[in-house]
Amino acid sequence: MKAVVTVVGKDRVGIIAQVCAALAESNVNVLDISQTVMQGYFTMMMVVDVSAAAVPLAQLCQTMEDKGAEMGLSIRLQREDIFDAMHRV
Amino acid sequence: MINQKDILYTQEMINKRHLDIRTITMGISLLDCMDTDVNVCAQKIYDKITLRAKDLVQVGQEIEKEFGIPIVNKRISVTPISLVGAACQTDSYVPLAVAMDNAAKAVGVNFIGGFSALVQKGCTDSDWKLMRSIPEALARTERVCSSVNVGSTKAGINMDAVAEMGRIIKKTAELTAENYGLGCAKLVVFANAVEDNPFMAGAFHGVGEAETVLNVGVSGPGVVYHALQSVKGQPFDTVAETIKRTAFQITRMGQIVGVEASRRLGVPFGIVDLSLAPTPAVGDSVARILEEMGLQVCGTHGTTAALALLNDAVKKGGVMASNHVGGLSGAFIPVSEDEGMIAAAESGVLTLSKLEAMTCVCSVGLDMIAVPGTTSAETVSAIIADEAAIGMVNSKTTAVRIIPAPGLQVGDRVEMGGLLGSAPVMPVHEQSAAAFVARGGRIPAPLQSLKN
Repeated sequence: MKAVVTVVGKDRVGIIAQVCAALAESNVNVLDISQTVMQGYFTMMMVVDVSAAAVPLAQLCQTMEDKGAEMGLSIRLQREDIFDAMHRV
Repeated sequence: MINQKDILYTQEMINKRHLDIRTITMGISLLDCMDTDVNVCAQKIYDKITLRAKDLVQVGQEIEKEFGIPIVNKRISVTPISLVGAACQTDSYVPLAVAMDNAAKAVGVNFIGGFSALVQKGCTDSDWKLMRSIPEALARTERVCSSVNVGSTKAGINMDAVAEMGRIIKKTAELTAENYGLGCAKLVVFANAVEDNPFMAGAFHGVGEAETVLNVGVSGPGVVYHALQSVKGQPFDTVAETIKRTAFQITRMGQIVGVEASRRLGVPFGIVDLSLAPTPAVGDSVARILEEMGLQVCGTHGTTAALALLNDAVKKGGVMASNHVGGLSGAFIPVSEDEGMIAAAESGVLTLSKLEAMTCVCSVGLDMIAVPGTTSAETVSAIIADEAAIGMVNSKTTAVRIIPAPGLQVGDRVEMGGLLGSAPVMPVHEQSAAAFVARGGRIPAPLQSLKN
């Protein structure tokens, strides 16, 4: 199963490294990354594979949200299906 | 990969525009709980609900997390208790309401609907018992919701039941007087009630339904309002198209959540109810959508036309997004639960008469309206009769959820808190309809041809 990770916040050194480390800790594989920095604001979207995740998905969502709070960023991990449902007929 | 813009758009709808799943409601049949002993029946009801719905709240919370979309309410609807209790040798169904309340608390849902009777053509002994149990049942329980269907397009209007419900509403208000008649917020009088409505207070699990079923109610007035801000001044064709597109997206959320929840709970998926259900939060108002179309205040001339367009476009947009659409499906206009409606009512522009006109073209009826505590039972009945007549003639669901707030006058406010919000007390006509209501009997079903 795939999920989308969205990271938004003020840019600084090591955001990608820390987010990826947190994902790796839960055995989540990164499939695709795109990121931009606009007026000092960092926006990253990742598509990740959570089928082999070490923890249940709901818990993983919470872990990433907590990680975001700790880093002073907004991090959300959501199942990819909802974006498909809303934007693809 | 889905593009970034779409991802951010979805997140903005959820985070800033109040997009949420308003409710996932599990319908449970209680037909197998009948018993001659009311206490045994109550125990069976408790046992069945707590067994079938034991995972409902937890599954709801997991889905919320995984999809990142709030599911505001997890609820239960059950078979109308006037049917379930019919075999009981008792004068009062209050013990059955208490069992429902306890079961709701045990599984953690915030409302349970189905303390109901369907009396559109006539009342059985059990229906009378149920209606007369309502005031005490609503006063003694916290989460139980009650509804009575007093009319339909096929059967006409049962005026004996209408007269009784006026008295029942008054008594319910009196028994919950310390909370401004809060009991009445959990009591709906319907015409053409639907069997698969997931929204409270009118939800019940119809006898045509399966053993258990999962229905979903979506919401999103804030999203529609925001979308309309981008088409200011443009023709209604564009307005309708914009609402349709937004309703489609909202409904898709409901569909995916409903299918996922039903899969995890092992319960068949019923329907998505395509309703725009407002909350008292700023930015989540149906009234503000109507005003965005160009009305200075909701309730002024043009409001009915604006609402007609909104209601129709929501259905057209949503119907393709779900494989089963049902319930009430349309725009709700509960006064106390809508920040814009509250403001419009307080300014005196939105009146009871205008609301009645609006209910001809939208989803439900006179919903969450507070009237002075001195309003007579006959006047309440007459208001119900008017609203039922609109439903009967137009082949649509209409409802009355009215609070004759004890001790309060026009200008006061009924504070109910939470999603129920606060309702300004609105004036009613002083002139009596007592002789009209006292006639009793039935208003015959209307002709279904020669329609003009």
